[in-house]
Amino acid sequence: MGRFIFWRLIHGLIVILGVTVIVFVVTRMVGDPVQVMLPMESTLEQRAAFEKKLGLDRPIFIQFIDFVEDISRLDFGDSLWQHRPAMEIVFEKLPMTILLTVVGIGFACIIAIPLGIIAALRPGGIADRVTVFGSLLGLSVPQFWLGLLFIVLFAVQFRILPTSGSATPSHIILPALTLALPTLARLVMLVRSSMIDELNQQYVKTSFAKGLPFVRVVGVHALRNAALPIMTLVGWEAIRALAGYSVVVETVFAWPGIGLTAIQAIEREDLILVQAIVFTAAISVVLINIAMDFIYKFIDPRLKLI
Amino acid sequence: MTPTKVNNLEQALTQNQYEWLDKLKELGQELLRDKAGLIGVILITALVLMAFFAPYISPHDPTEQDLSARLVPPVWYEKGTWDHVFGTDHLGRDVLSRSIHGSRVSLWVGTSVVFMAGGFGVLMGLMAGYLGGRVDAFIMRWIDTQVAFPGLLLALIILSVIGPSLTTVVVVLSLNGWMVYGRMTRSAVLSIRQSPFVESAEIVGCRWPRIIFRHILPNLTSPLLTLAILEFARIVLAEAALSFLGLGIQPPATSWGLDVAVGKNYMFMAWWLVTIPGSAIAITVLAVNLVASWLRLISDPQEREKQFARHMAGRMRRHLKLKNEKESARS
Repeated sequence: MGRFIFWRLIHGLIVILGVTVIVFVVTRMVGDPVQVMLPMESTLEQRAAFEKKLGLDRPIFIQFIDFVEDISRLDFGDSLWQHRPAMEIVFEKLPMTILLTVVGIGFACIIAIPLGIIAALRPGGIADRVTVFGSLLGLSVPQFWLGLLFIVLFAVQFRILPTSGSATPSHIILPALTLALPTLARLVMLVRSSMIDELNQQYVKTSFAKGLPFVRVVGVHALRNAALPIMTLVGWEAIRALAGYSVVVETVFAWPGIGLTAIQAIEREDLILVQAIVFTAAISVVLINIAMDFIYKFIDPRLKLI
Repeated sequence: MTPTKVNNLEQALTQNQYEWLDKLKELGQELLRDKAGLIGVILITALVLMAFFAPYISPHDPTEQDLSARLVPPVWYEKGTWDHVFGTDHLGRDVLSRSIHGSRVSLWVGTSVVFMAGGFGVLMGLMAGYLGGRVDAFIMRWIDTQVAFPGLLLALIILSVIGPSLTTVVVVLSLNGWMVYGRMTRSAVLSIRQSPFVESAEIVGCRWPRIIFRHILPNLTSPLLTLAILEFARIVLAEAALSFLGLGIQPPATSWGLDVAVGKNYMFMAWWLVTIPGSAIAITVLAVNLVASWLRLISDPQEREKQFARHMAGRMRRHLKLKNEKESARS
């Protein structure tokens, strides 16, 4: 167990180091940060002063060491757009993204698991075919477009839900539903296929034969054995949402999470804030990955961790 | 060369040709049996033709502005005209023509990313699976590491620094999406490399590039094809999302995602600006997904068996029903 944790942490560090190198190379060597961040009409003296402020006048290797050192202290410097520490902004916005992700994936699970089970009870039946086609459709609709349609439908036509921002709890419904849709579609397919496999197993027939109630056999015995792939997908979806796929939803609904902040920072050419956001995302992805491995172990004690 | 040999060669060639035709015919028959797959194939064919002949079939130039005809509604509205079947946008550009031209970007980005990411991923997977050892360990750790990257955020940062364009979108999406091919190819190679034909090739003395390309790769065609089609659908959505965020295709070029982004500002008075390019994306991706799920069904022996059993059970039921009816009629 100790060895497992050690190797997972090492791998996590490699991932974070990889992200560091890529961000460093892209921002400092491929692009010119001074040109990106300063206005076009700034003078040569202003440029030189700015270079000095960011330490860009020193050798690239020393810059990289400094960069890594700053990151290890979680100090990215002040955001050029808001003139306060970038990490402060990130820590303000991150909970909103996590909230959106949790509620969205919660929606998806609540709808997908019963639907998938119903479809799996009679493969090839009407419920099954409708579910499969519905999830294909759900996978095909672009998220940003679905969000816009929701806004037109629920906020403009029926006037029952707010369109953008995060002032009241009802503000989360539309963005969470939009975020949930592709997750929901993939989850339904997975629940369906793994439940079909489980329901064909001998132990299910035995349970029915000894007279256990239907709900108990399907909902407890079979579902628990099908849980591992489902958990994997749920974890993967959480990672996807945090790794930037919530950007689109947050932009459409003006949900103040890290995704929307990242887009705004890119528009304002605030590379420092963007860097901070990318790092936070990388660290959250690594943490979720490690957490998922522990949850597997918890659900299925047969699994050996390396 | 003696005449007999020429004959043999001719025979071999013609035989091969017929085999190919037979296979195509078989595939067509399979397709007719699956309505969803058929619809998908028809839609994709139509889309490809539309993209190919876009300048000839679109009624207007997609970038032609007409400020006197701004925000004209579609033809079924009172103010709509047949000149602009799906209406016009805020600059008086024809929505139908823009949607027809938008298909070019989507299909081009999808195809080139699938080829670039797929080519690289399959090569890496073949090497990892066949060579094993340190090569395998290195490639797999690389894949694990890159899978754990926050992909879309990195793509956004790269696009914003280098400057968004068609080429950068293709490159960034390829860099982001090759890992899935690598993993899948490796696991398939691991199961195939123990088979007798690979061992024979090794004994005969083939070098590893010949073994992986001539003997292993052809056996991976059907799973890789399904994966590539699924990835194509994902890439079309990703390109649309990037263009929607303003970091993909740049105006004056046309892209469905870009059109939705522009239409968003006029959403409440001109719904067609958002709805029509959006439905174009949804229909394209749905068609591709339908074809992918059909391909998966026909290339998976287990699924084929199930389908066959279902088919036979249906015939049996019908037969019994007919028999019962006859008997009851007789009595």
